[in-house]
Amino acid sequence: MSTKNWPLWEIFVRSKNGLEHRHCGSLHAADSDMALENARDVYTRRNEGVSIWVVESKHITASNPENNGELFEPAQDKVYRHPTFYDLPDEVKHM
Amino acid sequence: MSEEQIKSLEKHFEERIARDEKIEPKDWMPEKYRKTHIRQMSQHAHSEIVGMLPEGNWITRAPSLRRKVALLAKVQDEAGHGLYLYSATETLGISRDEMYEQLHTGKAKYSSIFNYPTITWADMGAIGWLVDGAAIINQVPLCNTSYGPYARAMIRVCKEESFHQRQGFEIMMKLANGTPEQKDMAQDALNRWWWPSLMMLGPTDDVSVHTEQSMKWKLKRKSNDDLRQQFIDQTVPQADLIGLTIPDPDLKWNEERGSYDFGEIDWDEFWQVVKGHGPMNKQRMKARVGAWERGEWVRDAAMAHAEKKQARKEKQVV
Repeated sequence: MSTKNWPLWEIFVRSKNGLEHRHCGSLHAADSDMALENARDVYTRRNEGVSIWVVESKHITASNPENNGELFEPAQDKVYRHPTFYDLPDEVKHM
Repeated sequence: MSEEQIKSLEKHFEERIARDEKIEPKDWMPEKYRKTHIRQMSQHAHSEIVGMLPEGNWITRAPSLRRKVALLAKVQDEAGHGLYLYSATETLGISRDEMYEQLHTGKAKYSSIFNYPTITWADMGAIGWLVDGAAIINQVPLCNTSYGPYARAMIRVCKEESFHQRQGFEIMMKLANGTPEQKDMAQDALNRWWWPSLMMLGPTDDVSVHTEQSMKWKLKRKSNDDLRQQFIDQTVPQADLIGLTIPDPDLKWNEERGSYDFGEIDWDEFWQVVKGHGPMNKQRMKARVGAWERGEWVRDAAMAHAEKKQARKEKQVV
């Protein structure tokens, strides 16, 4: 058994310029350089990407689904943030 | 948590799955859901990793450069698929090392099909055509399974897998249209791989222990027997097309059912192989464990190098 295990990295790939990086999975690597090299072989074997980000998994803080109510429900009753909330006569164009 | 609270959480959980909602890693889930997924997903990952061995056997002896690059790419995909699946399984709270440990000690299983030997080049054709064919039938429904990371991994796997089956069929087709010796070689491979491929789709429904719960969690969408029938119905015409004979004297088109009737499967053989007595079980584990142990100094050296680099960087900052 190895003395120390390779840490886990989260991999984000930009499929083409103009699009955002998207999370596509994770892998183990000794450091960020190796994580980038491995990510190329594991996640972009068929031209899936033009750019890769790697982040060590322990640096990601995620929200807890148990708190989804207090986090996300307040947005649900704010219908006035959407354009359809406002009544306008049909004659108004381009608005 | 009280028993009542757990009951209510479980009910809410089952309703979410019934509504086709996905379950993500940090969501609450019943312990049984977590355990079942760890078991199935890690077995799936192990199968991809061990599955590289029978084909790796032929990379250096591929008959042409075209065949060699295709086989290399296929085996590399299998490594990739194993890695997608291992990392998806880790989101359920099991470490990579624990999974390797389970594989290496025999606690975790992998698909028993990989315990058969690959003795001729035609076996590369038969594996791609039949084994990957059966795997695709098993895997496509999993793209819709309830656990998000598993479903996402399976979408990638299925997208990449279809070339595997096509390259296998092309090998068989070429051999079947070649010299009499080449055709015999193709037929021999079909004879040896046909029945294990049917077994690969799992025990018959009346003895399969996991079906009901797995259907509910969408780990399974169709029963083993239905999948097997689908595989037979789609493969028989492909064999006819290239002039090879399915090694089953009882195989017959059933007009009424709109399906093929087929002969008895030797389930004793299947259970023997599952229990570790197949022709290659020992060699496969020896190769796998050996690779892991021989790689230990490389893993340690990479970690030591990374730490040294990091320390140097920190020193420069100061």
